[in-house]
Amino acid sequence: MKRKVSLTVNGTRREDEVEPRLLLVHYLRDVAGLTGTHIGCDTSQCGACTVLIGGKAVKSCTMFAVQAQDADVQTIEGLATGDQLHPLQQAFWDEHGLQCGFCTPGFIMAGVYLLSQNPNPTDDEIRKGLEGNLCRCTGYVNIVKAVRTAAKTMGGQVKQPQATAATAGGD
Amino acid sequence: MSVSQLVGAKIHRREDPRLVSGHGRYVDDMVRSKMAHAAIVRSPFPNARIKRIDVTEAVKAPGVVAVYTARDFKAVMPGPMPKPGPGFTSGLKTIPDRYPIAEKDARFQGEPVAVVLGDSRDQAFDGAALVDVEYEQLPAVMDVEEAMKPSSAKVHSDAPDNISWDMTYTGDDVTAAAFGQAEVVLKERIHQQRLAPTSMETRGVLADYDAFDKRLTVWMSTQNPHFNRLNFATTLGIDESQVRVISEDVGGAFGSKISAYAEDFLVAAASRLSGRPVKWIESRTESLQNTSHGRGQFYDIEVAAKRDGTLLALRVTQTLDVGAYCAANTTFQTCAVLMAGGAYKWQGISARSIGVFTNRVPTDPYRGAGRPEATHLVERAVDLVARETGLDPVDVRRKNFIQAAEFPYTQNFGLVIDSGDYAKTLDRALELAGYKDFRQEQSEARKQGRYLGIGLSTWIELCGFGPSAATAPATGGVALVESAQVRVMPTGSVIVYTGTHSHGQGHETPFSQIVADALGVPMESVEIRHGDTAEGPAMGYGTYGSRSLAVGGMAISRACGKVIDKGKKLAAHLLEAAEADVVFERGSFQVKGSPDRAKKFAEIAFASLGAGLPEGMEHGLEAIAYFDPPNLVWPFGAHICLVEVDPETGGVDLKKYVAVDDCGNVINPMIVEGQLHGGIVQGIAQALFEEVVYDASSGQLRTGTFIDYAMPTANEIPELTLDRTVTPSPTNELGVKGIGEAGTIASSAAVINAICDALSPLGIKHVDMPASPDRLWKQIEEARATAGNGQKGVKA
Repeated sequence: MKRKVSLTVNGTRREDEVEPRLLLVHYLRDVAGLTGTHIGCDTSQCGACTVLIGGKAVKSCTMFAVQAQDADVQTIEGLATGDQLHPLQQAFWDEHGLQCGFCTPGFIMAGVYLLSQNPNPTDDEIRKGLEGNLCRCTGYVNIVKAVRTAAKTMGGQVKQPQATAATAGGD
Repeated sequence: MSVSQLVGAKIHRREDPRLVSGHGRYVDDMVRSKMAHAAIVRSPFPNARIKRIDVTEAVKAPGVVAVYTARDFKAVMPGPMPKPGPGFTSGLKTIPDRYPIAEKDARFQGEPVAVVLGDSRDQAFDGAALVDVEYEQLPAVMDVEEAMKPSSAKVHSDAPDNISWDMTYTGDDVTAAAFGQAEVVLKERIHQQRLAPTSMETRGVLADYDAFDKRLTVWMSTQNPHFNRLNFATTLGIDESQVRVISEDVGGAFGSKISAYAEDFLVAAASRLSGRPVKWIESRTESLQNTSHGRGQFYDIEVAAKRDGTLLALRVTQTLDVGAYCAANTTFQTCAVLMAGGAYKWQGISARSIGVFTNRVPTDPYRGAGRPEATHLVERAVDLVARETGLDPVDVRRKNFIQAAEFPYTQNFGLVIDSGDYAKTLDRALELAGYKDFRQEQSEARKQGRYLGIGLSTWIELCGFGPSAATAPATGGVALVESAQVRVMPTGSVIVYTGTHSHGQGHETPFSQIVADALGVPMESVEIRHGDTAEGPAMGYGTYGSRSLAVGGMAISRACGKVIDKGKKLAAHLLEAAEADVVFERGSFQVKGSPDRAKKFAEIAFASLGAGLPEGMEHGLEAIAYFDPPNLVWPFGAHICLVEVDPETGGVDLKKYVAVDDCGNVINPMIVEGQLHGGIVQGIAQALFEEVVYDASSGQLRTGTFIDYAMPTANEIPELTLDRTVTPSPTNELGVKGIGEAGTIASSAAVINAICDALSPLGIKHVDMPASPDRLWKQIEEARATAGNGQKGVKA
């Protein structure tokens, strides 16, 4: 039996009928058509599906779509402003922080959250802050560098992500 | 010769804007109307007879479209899957037929038994859960050494001894004299544990068979779409011209997406049977269980040397766990024994390889494929000699290196190493690592009971497959050359089709650097296309074995040359000059000595489609080139790892990692460094963390999720210090070698040598991988017990 869920995704209000067992990540990909959020494992280890909910990084495979009722969800597609990449997206590009690109959206979203909490992280703090995400291509060297560079271009300022509504459950 | 502007420069990747913004095009992002989803029912046992499959309940489940078993698939694909060619293994004894789906016998955990199609993914899984299969469990072969005993259970009735191949390349006779004069003879068994390649994107296939046009289109995550096309055509009996394979963005592969897989054929056949497009995306557990594993070998080595550190001879036997069937490229891994001599001169090397069947998923190339194993064994052997003779491992290496002046050098198996300067990379690495200071620090630390260690790996590699004569036998006849097509639009924009395939390497960028320089056009007007068999030349060969630049880049370069040659003819005609007097520089065809008499590249492109061409000239400015390299290419380098081992926990602290590598001329240094970073970390991961583990008695996979399979996170990995030397390859005009696998080939040996060096005061000579805290702690405890009843101090 389907249930109604209404939430905001990248600033747009949506209302859909979904099966209660539908994971948020499948909702974003299959129902909302936002395929930038990826699935790399079955057990919430890889972090490829990381999105922001009320500004907080959440692995979107760890919650059902219906649990996101009234939530404000931001995905990788909602990060850039038109053609203007977010400083983290730009830094991943500049520092060669990606190769196959599959884990990248998750790393960028986790990085956005990390910098919102700690605008001037040390390398150790970056590595610790990103340990919920797996990458097989880069050896993490340039991912750490990219976050460091983004912290610099963002001026070390605490910058709340654009979406700022109250969060639903799902931590 | 145009002045190089882009080649060698750090140019940011052209593929990145779409990837950082969430607009990549991976196979799971593709949707077709009326698309059904496939779920695969798999054998839960390592060896079982299928007694009965009952699909009654499954077909009644809501949203289930169809349930297919072996009998259904036979109707559209009666034959077995493609088999490996002999490759380096002319002594292949048994290659059992393998069908995409088990009918009577399921020989490894995860082998497909039934395919369920659902209107949605969840409905397909619901249906799969209702398929009732009755199995009779049979004794499973889970250990290679047990498998080789006459008393062992058998994986295949037509391989009564569980042996797939047993090849002696060179007998003990070639090393008998050297062993006779040896002052030092050392033996060791070196394990290479099974690894799961684990690209972050699992495998996936979306197949759409059009019954009216008899046309099959497949979107899939692969390293070589053209070989997939060939495989679909032959296995499904469809004309090759009616098969199109598309592989746009691929989320990593590392060798695991080269060979044909059962699911490729099952999904394509299911589309044909159901009349609907069918998508299957592998789950992570399916991937860890069913995507080919890497390594899974052990080496028995015996090294002969003199007390002064002169290496004399090596005897190597590779014993390889083939798994339940021969994967299509499994025999490639035997190249490990042909590379066993490494960077050193040997009077002789005796080499043998044995492939053994077990009831596990087949092994196949994984980043490096045979070359990491070769480096690991020879670098361990050299360190064992240094240890035994009391010499510095640096000195033993220097003493035995093939010297810079000796290239091209024919090694013990007749392979010709094209160029090198091994001492140069070693010198630079020692300098960056602060070798002398660290030895001092190590000696101080030992006095305090601390275990610091330094490990060297002076690796070499053969790659860039490859010369047609050497590679055609390996594939059953199709030589691994490479193709390219350069098409110039009327306005002078250029589209380049390459037969290589990018799955993270970033080909779009260095390839456009080469083309922009060659044709003197802006990089922005060069479009690089790959991954669609409907485009470009008839055949492409894909990406593996660090071949894309040295073979594919060369094909592009040659095709550009053909375009320029034609452009010169046309320019000479339009400029009323002799062809010999026309030169092409920085995008301009000009008459030698008269720079005002010139035609720009775009003008010639436009003119090539107009009227007034020279007599006999065809319209258009485009060319196809196939490049057949005269030799393989041989990159090399020196890696140094500094560690501290905590004897109380067995934990390893990677204090520093230095890598100085040489891949010839560099097109884009940023990409070269990126490849090294990832490669080095994959080797570190093998050395310290990762292992596919099966339960010895039940044969059940115990590392079926990322909770159990220990891929490192950013938190486990140190900063890497990189540098390079440049020794151009004489094998190709670009002077380039490969770098995609180099890091992985080099790094496991550096880490393990460092750990062995750290633990040498305890009398520990060899450590197997992964050197997990558990393994090291036990080994340290044993060594202490042996040394003096649990004495905790450091042995002098």
